Amino acid sequence: MTQVAPTGDNSLLAESISMRKIGRLERLLGPDNYRIVVGMFKTPASIIGFSLILFFVLVAIAAPLLAPPINPSDPYRIPRDGFRAEPQPMGSEWRVRQPPIPFWWKAVTGEEEWFHIFGTSQGGYDVYYGIIWGTRTAFTTGMIVVVSTFLIGIIVGSVSAYYGGVVDMILMRIVDVMMTLPFILAALILAAVLTPKIGRSLVPSILALVTFGWMGYARIIRGDILSTKERDYVMAARVIGVKDSRILFRHILPNAIFPTLVLASLAIGDVVLSFAALSFLGIGTEIGYADWGQVLSFARNWIISLDQYWYIVVWPGLTLVLFVMGWNLLGDALRDVLDPRMRGKS
Amino acid sequence: MVNYIIRRLLLVPLLLFGVTILIFGMLQFLTPVERSALYVREIPKNERQIEGIILKYGLDKPLYVQYWRWLVGTTDQVTGERNGGILFGDFGWSRTGGQPVATLIKNRFPNTLDLTLWAVGPVILVGIWLGVQAAVHHNGFADQAGRIFSIVGTSFPTFVFGLLMLMIFYANLQWFPPGRLSTEASIVVNSESFKTYTSLLTIDSLLNGRFDIFIDTLRHMILPILTLSYISWATFLRVTRSSMLETLRQDYVTTARAKGLPERDVIYKHARPNAMISVITLAGFTVVGLMGGVVITETVFDYPGIGKAAAEAAGQLDVVTVLGFALFNGLILIVANVVVDILYAFVDPRVRLS
Repeated sequence: MTQVAPTGDNSLLAESISMRKIGRLERLLGPDNYRIVVGMFKTPASIIGFSLILFFVLVAIAAPLLAPPINPSDPYRIPRDGFRAEPQPMGSEWRVRQPPIPFWWKAVTGEEEWFHIFGTSQGGYDVYYGIIWGTRTAFTTGMIVVVSTFLIGIIVGSVSAYYGGVVDMILMRIVDVMMTLPFILAALILAAVLTPKIGRSLVPSILALVTFGWMGYARIIRGDILSTKERDYVMAARVIGVKDSRILFRHILPNAIFPTLVLASLAIGDVVLSFAALSFLGIGTEIGYADWGQVLSFARNWIISLDQYWYIVVWPGLTLVLFVMGWNLLGDALRDVLDPRMRGKS
Repeated sequence: MVNYIIRRLLLVPLLLFGVTILIFGMLQFLTPVERSALYVREIPKNERQIEGIILKYGLDKPLYVQYWRWLVGTTDQVTGERNGGILFGDFGWSRTGGQPVATLIKNRFPNTLDLTLWAVGPVILVGIWLGVQAAVHHNGFADQAGRIFSIVGTSFPTFVFGLLMLMIFYANLQWFPPGRLSTEASIVVNSESFKTYTSLLTIDSLLNGRFDIFIDTLRHMILPILTLSYISWATFLRVTRSSMLETLRQDYVTTARAKGLPERDVIYKHARPNAMISVITLAGFTVVGLMGGVVITETVFDYPGIGKAAAEAAGQLDVVTVLGFALFNGLILIVANVVVDILYAFVDPRVRLS
């Protein structure tokens, strides 16, 4: 074996270990979190999911262009074409109180006047308008609920894990109790209780979904903190005498939180689904508000003739399914990345 | 083992107390007059009477007094008649149902039970079968198809799925109508000659020897059962698949293969029973979860169970009725969860030792 004199550079080491280039994003997030982010954009399924979400984001942003409101200060009111009970077929002309015509209308449809692209639902409500502006409702409610439940979950979870003992016991029993009732039933009840107090709007449903939505996060974060607590760097911090609260907020939480954060942000799909379910059951927004559950609930009165009026179910239903599916596809990819058995592969 | 069961049972009263507190807390959003529906039928219009009612039932008393009265009711000093008291099964008066909440539940619950009992079998068996197929053909066609199914399945809101089913199988094909019974069948069921044994229509119709009624009830239940099942299939598929994949990697599976056992026996006799341990918990919770799933399913299919009654009451803001249902549901779920936990401890020794 020939001796090689040390040269002072790393080329030999680099050849033998084959160093990876570490990008700026990876440095910022740390190797574990970086792997999560990258893994989410690797499979075809997750790319489809991402594209779907991007599409809905664009629709939400462009809502005033896609479906200009009659009254710009109250865009969430679905415009009605008269008050006829029966749904009108797709492509039928808009007779009463047309909304302003968007600039692309003539180029795309070749018509001078508005017509009902997806038909109208019960009571002359335009399905297309409801779907477009419903996208904004979906994102608004989804984000409010996800952020609030996540914050409450972090606070309860970390307090529980940090103090331990009796506090932990009490908080976790409260979590148990609140998880006893099926989520949708509990939310339905609270929304029904709150509606007379607050009035029909987005607020009762959002409050109800938040009240019964945070417990899962509290449990997960508590568990993550308890396991992160045992890591060596926490021990190291403790040894050099860092204050407990500082250890919790600067060392443990940032390291424990990321997977839950991503999971939570992907829960928007589920939240929107639950919100739509409440609207569908007739709880929440006033009639004619642009939200998908409400548009779908109009179909409940026309079940016998759905073969004729299929468009009042299919279009809003398809929209909701695609929206939720976008988030689920991303979430599925994420679960694969987070699965510890997958670590080190791919 | 005994220790574990005792510890688990000790939790029950605590959970019961918690759920009653939760529901009592939600009752506090109501005005005292609205809360009087807990005790009396007619909410009085006259202000004098209102005051009398509030005074009589202590609706302006401190919270702990009210809570106690809510639990045990109040006894009229003259007649000795008891009013209210959820511990005695009096959940108050249902404005939307036009009858006591407890009676409403008693009338509606058998229908829900009938539906969920029929849904349990397909949910568990089909779900597990799908998962085993996906794992055995790992990364093959069945696996990919299963994956697509589970993503599409979990993305489909029950009410959209239900409406589409109704559109296809009722409006278009006229095969499976919504509701509980056809008109002719309900005349038979309500007649004198039809004896009620269990209140579960599918079983009663068989006990009465009326096979036509049995078929009629099933015709009305197939779509709701399918709607209740498909989301659970997706979850079962996922859990069974990953648990099965994990098991197939174990050494004893390799040993079994090395012994020269046919692959069928390796999968169904050696691997599957062990993979089932984590699936059993899920099965328990699914049965419990079905009870929650009925709210939307029953509403879509106009099926007269407690879920639909709860949704109707909520839609008309009849809070006393809704909370009565919540309480009933909570009680059932607490008991069911304990049973699941204990059964699980029997199956998996790791649980009771931890």
